[in-house]
Amino acid sequence: MSAFSAVKILHAHPSLAVRSSAAESSSNKPKPSFPSSPSSPFNSTNPSSSSSSLSSSPLRGNRRRPILAVSSDVVSKKQQQRPPLVATPAVTREESLELYEDMILGRTFEDMCAQMYYRGKMFGFVHLYNGQEAVSTGFIKLLSRADSVVSTYRDHVHALSKGVPARAVMAELFGKATGCCRGQGGSMHMFSAEHNLLGGFAFIGEGIPVATGAAFTSKYRYEVLKESNPNGLDVTLAFFGDGTCNNGQFFECLNMAQLWKLPIVFVVENNLWAIGMSHLRSTSDPEIWKKGPAFGMPGVHVDGMDVLKVREVAKEAIERARRGEGPTLVECETYRFRGHSLADPDELRKPDEKAHYATRDPITALKKYILEHNLASESELKTIEKKIDDEIEEAVEFADSSPHPPRSQLLENVFADPKGFGIGPDGKYRCEDPKFTQGTAQV
Amino acid sequence: MLGAARRKILGQMLGRIRPIASIQSMSYSTAVKEMTVREALNSALDEEMSADPKVFLMGEEVGEYQGAYKITKDLLQKYGPDRVLDTPITEAGFAGIGVGAAYHGLRPVIEFMTFNFSMQAIDHIINSAAKSNYMSAGQLSVPIVFRGPNGAAAGVGAQHSQCYAAWYAHVPGLKVLSPYSAEDARGLLKAAIRDPDPVVFLENELLYGETFPVSAEALDSSFCLPIGKAKIERAGKDITITAFSKMVGYALQAAEILSKEGISAEVINLRSLRPLDRPTINASVRKTNRLITVEEGFPQHGVGAEICTSVVEESFEYLDAPVERISAADVPMPYAANLERMAVPQVDDIVRAAKRACYRSVPMAATA
Repeated sequence: MSAFSAVKILHAHPSLAVRSSAAESSSNKPKPSFPSSPSSPFNSTNPSSSSSSLSSSPLRGNRRRPILAVSSDVVSKKQQQRPPLVATPAVTREESLELYEDMILGRTFEDMCAQMYYRGKMFGFVHLYNGQEAVSTGFIKLLSRADSVVSTYRDHVHALSKGVPARAVMAELFGKATGCCRGQGGSMHMFSAEHNLLGGFAFIGEGIPVATGAAFTSKYRYEVLKESNPNGLDVTLAFFGDGTCNNGQFFECLNMAQLWKLPIVFVVENNLWAIGMSHLRSTSDPEIWKKGPAFGMPGVHVDGMDVLKVREVAKEAIERARRGEGPTLVECETYRFRGHSLADPDELRKPDEKAHYATRDPITALKKYILEHNLASESELKTIEKKIDDEIEEAVEFADSSPHPPRSQLLENVFADPKGFGIGPDGKYRCEDPKFTQGTAQV
Repeated sequence: MLGAARRKILGQMLGRIRPIASIQSMSYSTAVKEMTVREALNSALDEEMSADPKVFLMGEEVGEYQGAYKITKDLLQKYGPDRVLDTPITEAGFAGIGVGAAYHGLRPVIEFMTFNFSMQAIDHIINSAAKSNYMSAGQLSVPIVFRGPNGAAAGVGAQHSQCYAAWYAHVPGLKVLSPYSAEDARGLLKAAIRDPDPVVFLENELLYGETFPVSAEALDSSFCLPIGKAKIERAGKDITITAFSKMVGYALQAAEILSKEGISAEVINLRSLRPLDRPTINASVRKTNRLITVEEGFPQHGVGAEICTSVVEESFEYLDAPVERISAADVPMPYAANLERMAVPQVDDIVRAAKRACYRSVPMAATA
């Protein structure tokens, strides 16, 4: 049986949390708390709350800094008391503004996408991320450029958080030659070698083995190629949804990642719905975090509408991976405010569920937190919002004024060897041989 | 880099001894060096792994079992478990892991125990390996090789006998190779591993144990065959027979029988299914004016259909007879030995088809 407990739980009483964390010399970060939710749409009984009295396992006692676990507001049955407002905030001012700006960027960008779609500038499948920004920001802002991110079709905000410029993503969505993939990928296939964003995959579950492979490379480079890395192993994050957790590839990769102790974090964005299929209707055991310990890795459940809680868990999981301790499965309970895609009428989700999650909007919550803890003033936040608005406007103008891909681009990049058909015995590209035919496409 | 540049044109007839090569050959003083296809593949993998530390093997039973068909024999002992990885039975998982590793510059060689099992991973071969360079506009290339036995073995039943050449050759973004002889196997596998693009390498289980002579150049560690170039195994002037993998052997036997009856057949070993060497095929048809294509896979939408179309598009006026394709029967592979024999092409079928194309009267082909 795994030495890791299934869920790492903070003590149920925040006052205890403050005392115990004050006792630690190495860190004093009490659990941040947002207004607790009155009701939960997530009705299954939850053993994590009953295990809240579990003490740390002996192995964890060796650690310099005990794991600061976070339990979801929804998961724990006990109402959490608001901690005293004089408690030290969990983030510095700079960090909080960075998080705020990133989430505002994601939200504004996605809203602009919806506008552009209805104006006909964007087409095909567009899947928007509104409401889930805390997960992307909470995780990706902790990464360095050398770390990798693999995502699904709901990948615009992952691209933005990882550092791909908004104008490049917008131009890609418009299908212009200045897009991050020169218009060849589209909404669902964002790639950026420079920022180590490895896609953008349309098939759910497809990104998980690819992410596992990127983590494998990180370990291979260290162990076989003997490349040194002062920061530890480069980490890969795989983002995917609740529906993916029933897919075979997910389980295959949980097994192999733990078997080979790969530096990967599996991040489940459980927004409770896979198009119109509710997670509860499709999954025999809806608690996804439990699938981690079944394979021998820790499984953590976190409130994905709270960026600070997500960041706390993410920090731990990423550090674990960097140290070579292997993978972690993190289930973030989150929600998408819009439909599955812009073509989805979104009729099956109940209005009161949507209303409940609207009150837990991660951006509103962070704003409240910043103001309550006097990390910044209202006007500073407004300045950030205005700056992002301008950036997105500029991105749209850039995308609008960019050229469409030239006709010759159709046949390019099928292969990495530049003209695609290999090198002949005389050392020259075969397609340059005048007798060589390239098929019949007349371009 | 490519030893092919130094490769002299070998005699067209298989089995002709070249005395000069035998004097220079490495171990035997009197005979030309011979190698089984299995040894050829093993030596190719060995040399590529020692030349480039980024090359690694992944697959079921490639390590401690020494390879399900012993292709990867002794590689675990030589390179260690970090570079020769035994996987759990997770084709989709490890094919995807290979693609992810290739994104970051490693050069995986993924083995499928047979290509029938590649269907569990075909999403990754096509959607993440073949299409990635295109979707990312050249940012992420995938220097991966998927290899394994393809096609029918003996008596293994319907789910273990399918030929996937047409499936993979259909996809833009993949290179598909299928060797016949030991020299093909060595040269093409080395080329595949060095190639910056995804390569599907279709071997044949029944060829693994067959011995072929290899020239001294082929034994050199920098020997590579060009991708996209077919080989004329036997020159002729009356009819062109194209084939790949095991069917090349059958075509050569058929050519031998036909030559006794006065029909001189030119046998083309395709070697590369994508890109297909259309110039060589068309040049041959323009010379002989008749064509039959031989393949082991199902007939509809197969490799032969593509070759026929290519010839019709480019050399229509040169054809003196309709192009005929010899393929497996349009049924899943039966198990009974006599039915299995009828379900795959035999040398007889090739001979009869050649005679039909040459307008010799023959009894009607036996139909099931």
